[in-house]
Amino acid sequence: MTESTLEQPKPGIASLLPDELETPPLSLGQLTWRRFRRHRMAIFGVAVVVLIVIYAFGGMLVFSEADANHAETGNALRAPTREHPFGTDTIGRDILARTIYGGQISIIIGLTAMLVEVVFGVTIGALAGYFGGWLDSVLMRITEAVLVIPQIFLLLVMARYFSQSIPNIKLLGRTFSGSVLVIVFVIGITSWPYLARIVRAQFLSVKENDFILAAHATGTSTRDIIFRHILPNISAPIIVSATLSVAAAIILEAYISFLGLGVRPPTATWGNMLEGAYNYIDTAWWLWFFPGILIAVTVLSINFLGDGLRDALDPHSRSA
Amino acid sequence: MTRYIFRRLLQAIPLLLIISIVLFVMMQAMGDPLATMGGRKVTKPEDRIRLARQLGLDKPVCVQYIYWLIGNDWTRPVGEIPKPNAGIFTPIVQCLDPRNYIDADNPGTRKGVLRGDWGISLVNRQPVTKVIGARLPNTLLLMVTAEVIIIGAALLIGIYSALNQYTAFDNFVTATTFVLYSMPVFFFALLAMYIFSVNFRKWGLPYLPTVGMFEPNVGQTPAQVLWHMVLPVATLSFGFVAGYSRYIRSAMLETLGQDYVRTAKAKGLPRPEVIYIHALKNAALPIVTLVALDLPFLLGGAIVTERIFGWPGMGRLFLDHVERSDTAVVMGIMMMIAFAVIIFQIIADITYAWLDPRIRYK
Repeated sequence: MTESTLEQPKPGIASLLPDELETPPLSLGQLTWRRFRRHRMAIFGVAVVVLIVIYAFGGMLVFSEADANHAETGNALRAPTREHPFGTDTIGRDILARTIYGGQISIIIGLTAMLVEVVFGVTIGALAGYFGGWLDSVLMRITEAVLVIPQIFLLLVMARYFSQSIPNIKLLGRTFSGSVLVIVFVIGITSWPYLARIVRAQFLSVKENDFILAAHATGTSTRDIIFRHILPNISAPIIVSATLSVAAAIILEAYISFLGLGVRPPTATWGNMLEGAYNYIDTAWWLWFFPGILIAVTVLSINFLGDGLRDALDPHSRSA
Repeated sequence: MTRYIFRRLLQAIPLLLIISIVLFVMMQAMGDPLATMGGRKVTKPEDRIRLARQLGLDKPVCVQYIYWLIGNDWTRPVGEIPKPNAGIFTPIVQCLDPRNYIDADNPGTRKGVLRGDWGISLVNRQPVTKVIGARLPNTLLLMVTAEVIIIGAALLIGIYSALNQYTAFDNFVTATTFVLYSMPVFFFALLAMYIFSVNFRKWGLPYLPTVGMFEPNVGQTPAQVLWHMVLPVATLSFGFVAGYSRYIRSAMLETLGQDYVRTAKAKGLPRPEVIYIHALKNAALPIVTLVALDLPFLLGGAIVTERIFGWPGMGRLFLDHVERSDTAVVMGIMMMIAFAVIIFQIIADITYAWLDPRIRYK
């Protein structure tokens, strides 16, 4: 093609300057938002997640942490009253205040465990997918090894292994049970294989594109190719997977705390509030109902949100 | 195909070895099994030394692992071996010292896992195979029943809502499956227990039992076990029914829109034949893999379910023995599960290739 044909103005839209167009081109973010807001369940999910975050963090203004951990043994196992709207637990602590502080811990565990998972999953998936060869085989064997044992079994063994004698942590004037860190780490380190597989598969397909070849040809460093050329292109599945894994981490924390190997009291989480609650199934339904329904609603809305994100970020995929 | 299966089985060996080493090392550092051995009493120091020696717990981890793996009946006594003084490298030095492996205070009798000896439970001094064998049928009963119900219910719901897309029923099912899919197992279990057991009893209706496999005063009759199974099986299956029925629905919708289905309709085949033979056969294909690959999740659900409903299965066995650092039993359960999962993955691949002739393995 000669220069003259290139410069020849084409009829129609191509000859207009961008600001002469009737509708300016939309950015990826705007397009995603357009598709996302049409997804009614996803909007509902966002609203509920926001409400729950307000509940857990705004509740701090109403109840102090001392309220949440204040035990009144004479007032144990009281059904919901005006004074204790959610009732009291086996040693007389107010369940409403505990769901607020437990919610903070559960949400923080969900988010930080997701971060651990994303760091491990993306790093391992990227290394395996980009470099291939022996590194790929070694990393994928490790991934398989982690996948072969059901996560909950691995979690229980690891939670016990790491929580031998971990001191309490002081942060922002509050004391947290050190087991929170253990749980975050353990959930993150057993969840990454799924993400690593997704990232690896995406790397394998994206790295074959011509623009990667061009980047190589212009002498772009490997680090820039991975982080600036490939990763932004595969952010959609990572974002979706990360969103869903926040919900998964909240559930997993609840499982291990429920089974008695999770976060240690007095730090409340929604999960450890449920521990032993089934012994009171006949007598005290409020013990398990309020933390249980909070977990269920949170997880449900995060899943809606993730589902909406999947449809919005990738219009080709249809959620099953 | 045979070569493919053979290669997959060969690949499983290093995988199982790595898993066993990591788990074994973690189990060793998980607390002192001797502390709880004397029941309520604290174990006396001299007893502790004697017990540790008898059980081989005073040996370096790697030696314990080797004994676990290949047994110690080949070891010969060589007397005391001084503990090397190498700081944090002590375990490694010990591992490299061959004297550690041939030494045995009491002539070894263990044969090792590779020769079918899974060791003795530290908790009740029973062979691990016997301990697990006593619990395995209970878990299998629960899981096989759950799996049958999962597949049956998911097929029914999935096909029905695909054939009646966007009707009131379909929309209701879509909403319900979404809620059930996200519901934590324990919350479903507690809710079901509260409604069908606690409140049904209050209202004078026939209520479901909450704990155990049978009433102690009636005994383990099939009717009792069946009655006690209702809630645990429902708890175990609800999430999977929700997930799979969504899957079948979308797979059915996709197949029903394909050309060959239209051809089948056009040439005048009866509707049931088109739906159940032409469409379903293709739509149900991925379910086979799904069922095999979801085994770890089903097992994970079983651990919570068994705990809540006091079902004497492997999940509860695992929890009880993890709490007491009983390496032999925990290792036995984990390795069995890992093995089962690997085998099921291979079976999934084989079945898939068998059902779909387009797939070829090399």
